[in-house]
Amino acid sequence: LALYFHIGEREEKCIIEDLPSDTLVVGNYKVQRWDIRTHDFLESAPGLGMFVTVTTPSGEVLLSKLYGPQGTFSFTSYLSGEHIICFQSNSTRFAVIAGSKLRIHLDIRVGEHFLDESAIQAKDKVNEVNVRLEHLIEQIHHVTKEQDYEREREEKFRKTSEETNSNILWWAVVQTLILISIGIWQIKSLRDFFISKKLV
Amino acid sequence: VAVPGAVRVAMLGAVRVAMRTLCLAALLGALGAGGTELTLELPDSAQRCFHQELESGIKFTLDYQVISGGHYDVDCYVEDPNGKTIYQETKKQYDSFSHHSELKGVYTFCFSNEFSTFSHKIVYFDFQVGDEPPILPDMNNRVTALTQMESACVTIHEMLNAVIDSQTHYRLREAQDRSRAEELNGRVSYWSVGETLILFVVSIGQVMLLKSFFTEKRPSSGGAGT
Repeated sequence: LALYFHIGEREEKCIIEDLPSDTLVVGNYKVQRWDIRTHDFLESAPGLGMFVTVTTPSGEVLLSKLYGPQGTFSFTSYLSGEHIICFQSNSTRFAVIAGSKLRIHLDIRVGEHFLDESAIQAKDKVNEVNVRLEHLIEQIHHVTKEQDYEREREEKFRKTSEETNSNILWWAVVQTLILISIGIWQIKSLRDFFISKKLV
Repeated sequence: VAVPGAVRVAMLGAVRVAMRTLCLAALLGALGAGGTELTLELPDSAQRCFHQELESGIKFTLDYQVISGGHYDVDCYVEDPNGKTIYQETKKQYDSFSHHSELKGVYTFCFSNEFSTFSHKIVYFDFQVGDEPPILPDMNNRVTALTQMESACVTIHEMLNAVIDSQTHYRLREAQDRSRAEELNGRVSYWSVGETLILFVVSIGQVMLLKSFFTEKRPSSGGAGT
């Protein structure tokens, strides 16, 4: 499979995926447990499973399921934003045994629509080209969706910058006014004070 | 992407359809060349390592960029199966590292935020494995010229690759700039309020202090002189 990384038995590790809305995300993973006797990772450990939790940008949980030691999970985003995908094993053992850790192989694909290869092996070659072209057009639609999402984010960015700009201007004006009025108040207050103390 | 007119014309020829199917299959297959891209959060004083098993003689590329957090920098190092460090950089904001693997085995790359005590970083990395195969199997050693359809496929493929690179680049840049802008906005608001409060406290305090110099417990209301 693809890349792998290590986590502790009860640790939770998360990755962030910034997705436009209506995007399908498919993840493949495989988890192996370290065996102290053979000093290697077991091919499969009985009863070992993985909690996969997906949180939407608004904080609600989109997917929270327990999968086996190897599996595929998928979800479709309905909001656009940063989705957080978390992995935690269902192991009840604590890391009392020294060096106990889990290896997770992970492969995540965003927005790819998979061709059903067996359906493609039709006798009719023209249809095959047709199907592939349709698949290609779908992929291009995903590109467009990503670009629209990028537009949204850039707009938010521009709003933040403009807000900062007007914040700075407003506060500068307010602080100058406060400075002037406090200065006047100070002088007045001291003058009245000294007059009352018959010093002036 | 407009479907070239040549496609419709060529679809009538049953003999060359098989060749074209191969071309399109290669176009679509090559769009997802082997690799993983992930965005992860690095808490302060933490290190995250990833491993990949590779054959020898494979070219791999690691691109990474810090999207938000602190000074937008991270330490990164890459080790070959023997534990030798083939790449090491400290406090880099973004970088791209390519290497041909000499040994077969597990290559490790790690991102470290150990130099930072309170800012957690969000790091994006893209680990691409292997050279992309040419889209047509024998494109480079052809005797005849490419057909219109095939050259259209090649062009589309190159343009789509450029689109992927461009999109990724702009997406990361925008995320980083937006993160900086939000941080700036927060800082401006926070410090403005703080400054105003300090202004009030200091000026009222000055007057009070001055008044207190001149109010002494004396029977006569002469007041102290200079």
